[in-house]
Amino acid sequence: MTDPVLTVEDLKITIGGKPVVDGVSFQVAQGEILSVVGESGCGKSMTAFSIMGLLPKAARFAAGRVMLGDVDLRALPESGRRKLRGDEIAMIFQEPVASLNPLMKIGRQIEENLAIHRHIDPGEAKRAAIAMLEEVGIPEPELRYGQYPFELSGGMCQRAMIAMALICRPKLLIADEPTTALDVTIQAQILELMKRLREETGTAILLITHDMGVVADMADRVAVMYAGRVIEEAPVGNIFAGQEHPYTRLLLSTIPRLDGAPKTILPTIEGTVPDIGQWPVGCRFNPRCPLSDSHCVESQPPLTPRADSGNAACWHSDRVGAIL
Amino acid sequence: MNAAAPVATKRSRRPIPWTVIPFAAILTALVLMAIFAPYIAPLDPNAQNLLARLKAPGHEARGAVYWLGSDELGRDVLSRTVYGARVSLLVAFASVILSGVFGSVLGMIAAFYRGWVETIIMRIVDIVLSVPAILLAIITVAVLGPSLYNVVIVLALTRWPRYARVAYGQTLSVANMPYVRLSRFMGAGWLRLLGRHVLPNIAGALIVVATLEFGLMVLFEAGLSFLGLGVQPPTASWGAMLSTGRNYVATAWWIATFPGLALFLLVLSINLIGDHARDRLDPRSR
Repeated sequence: MTDPVLTVEDLKITIGGKPVVDGVSFQVAQGEILSVVGESGCGKSMTAFSIMGLLPKAARFAAGRVMLGDVDLRALPESGRRKLRGDEIAMIFQEPVASLNPLMKIGRQIEENLAIHRHIDPGEAKRAAIAMLEEVGIPEPELRYGQYPFELSGGMCQRAMIAMALICRPKLLIADEPTTALDVTIQAQILELMKRLREETGTAILLITHDMGVVADMADRVAVMYAGRVIEEAPVGNIFAGQEHPYTRLLLSTIPRLDGAPKTILPTIEGTVPDIGQWPVGCRFNPRCPLSDSHCVESQPPLTPRADSGNAACWHSDRVGAIL
Repeated sequence: MNAAAPVATKRSRRPIPWTVIPFAAILTALVLMAIFAPYIAPLDPNAQNLLARLKAPGHEARGAVYWLGSDELGRDVLSRTVYGARVSLLVAFASVILSGVFGSVLGMIAAFYRGWVETIIMRIVDIVLSVPAILLAIITVAVLGPSLYNVVIVLALTRWPRYARVAYGQTLSVANMPYVRLSRFMGAGWLRLLGRHVLPNIAGALIVVATLEFGLMVLFEAGLSFLGLGVQPPTASWGAMLSTGRNYVATAWWIATFPGLALFLLVLSINLIGDHARDRLDPRSR
């Protein structure tokens, strides 16, 4: 593994004094795809926003470090962080159509990022934008350059957004559920595109999702989050081969299988994610966990190395394989 | 939304309804009248002829024809009405631009920065909206003295909160759109965010407010001049003409009637065009 592009250390974010992200640490290496998975409200998006240095107004960066290469983003002034945004770190969202300004031509929006970060003349910017459109697989890039978002399909808008994000060749791309709004065929194309661009440019990708299918297809490593913490983290093959946290195991068991018996009730994880600020004492998963005992209620398990590689935070990691 | 759909039919032009066309023509005619007033007015609007006072339309004196009659100082009502369009349109245009720019910028900033900036700006908006415009006009004129420029200043001072409120509300909704967020995530500064992404997307609503305000401004200028707080004699202004014409309405109806008619036509056509603009541009009435 080369030097990490992104290092998040013991990140803590609070909203109104209540923690929403509580001691999250992970690293992403160059050209690596790290997938962060978890249910809604577990702190995935907050973690992403804090890496961009753009938390919502109510949220506070309480503790921890976010390092891009060897630059501490928290130590930079806002102006310095702004220079990195879109240049070295870029982000794409899940609403491709709404993420493009309806009154601005596609080409202009892609060029805008160049206008912010690079001082190049308009002709060159236009060539770069058209080349980028071609690179993300948009047919007839010259035509699309002069069109407005409403003239493009959702999949093409997502490609255009990826073009916007990648035109400055960022070291890190944060993709916050980039395929949620797309149908499966387009979803597969977009994922394929992201993998290809990763190969070509060496961009590291932090892929935030709750779709285990996307994870299996894309990720090199997986970090599973629950209630503001990373509870298990390992290379993707290892995660699918064996889990050492009950939540990960239950999460994987909820995926419907093609070879499963027909007309069975789809498995679910009992209960709901606890609300912010009402996290249970001890292991935060204990109210929903089939392995929970008095030890789990009393104290919170630390992340400890898994049997193969990676880490998991469970007191009974040896018994997780026996669930179900 | 098929990407391969024919591009030739992009943005179909909706026809302008027939009710709007004649009023657009009237407005154009009035604007042209104001611009080319010296070439259109048959006589000097300020030339007095005391021998031809209060003459009915069509009166002929010293080789000049008073097509719309003459006023109490023997000045040509037609020429004064033509020149009066200049004052009305100039004041309305200048005050709409001033208050529109000022109010929109403040409204956008309030919505964009929130927090104490928002509190201060929007409370000032509330305060200004609660001060009676006429009272403010009297105070301003008392301090600065009556003149064309002071009318513009008074109107700009009293009307900017309208734009601020609309810009504020619209910016609040647009600033949360993913494309504004994305641009911020791409490293765009506040000026670029407001200028390139927010303003174009709220401009429709602001233009609608501006057109409707334009008609109001014409009326306000006339009202201030009617009260003697506006444009001072001998400059021809529709409001001032209405004011003096009122004294002679029983004996010389034409002095007040023709500027009143011009005022009516101008405001009516602006309002109808404004309504049409709202139907087209305002997202709520789509």
